[in-house]
Amino acid sequence: MSSGMSVIVRTVTRFTYALIIVFGFYVIMHGHLTPGGGFQGGAVVASAFALALVAFGTAGLKGALNRHLLQSLEEVGALAFLGLAFAGVGTAFFYNILANSGSVFGGSDPAALASGGVLPLMNWAVGLKVMTGIASILIIMVIGARKEATE
Amino acid sequence: MIAETILQIVTLTLIICGAVLAVTLRDLLSSVIALAAASLLVSLEFYLLQAPDVAIAEAGIGAALTTAIYIIALRRTRRKEQQ
Repeated sequence: MSSGMSVIVRTVTRFTYALIIVFGFYVIMHGHLTPGGGFQGGAVVASAFALALVAFGTAGLKGALNRHLLQSLEEVGALAFLGLAFAGVGTAFFYNILANSGSVFGGSDPAALASGGVLPLMNWAVGLKVMTGIASILIIMVIGARKEATE
Repeated sequence: MIAETILQIVTLTLIICGAVLAVTLRDLLSSVIALAAASLLVSLEFYLLQAPDVAIAEAGIGAALTTAIYIIALRRTRRKEQQ
């Protein structure tokens, strides 16, 4: 697993890696306007991690993806989602406190990117949780396979 | 309308072909690739049925991530299925 794959796979990965990540962030960012959202965009970003892991192996990624950092970021995403849900608990759980408030995300134009109240922020929280969660699952799987091989 | 119907029939036929190949192939790496192709065609079918949200999730999870996990698992096990 540490060796990686052939030159063709590695070269194509170098070209497409950044494009996949940018598309995933686009899906998360426009989650309240277009199809997709936090889960779908996070899965797309995590598939770029999976591509790099399969193409380069763990040797090429040494130190670039820290498993403990990823798990901490996953918990930050979950806590941000819960915190945004509890922010409106004065009226109701999941109440949208920013909608129609006239602040950054509370504009009156429903098609604008900065609209939707707390929905874009919740999409970012879910996206962060999904991309780091799936990436840490993949890293744990690779590490477990390598340990079993050396035994 | 006719063109969309023909496209759906072709897509569904190819999904069944990919699923049958994934079960019957003895080389497990080819089997995983056939499963990924069937998953990608399921994603196309979701898009044709006007569910683009589900199509993005299916393409990301079904076609990309499960294939990567299967390939990681195949590297540590046998590539050929035993008779």
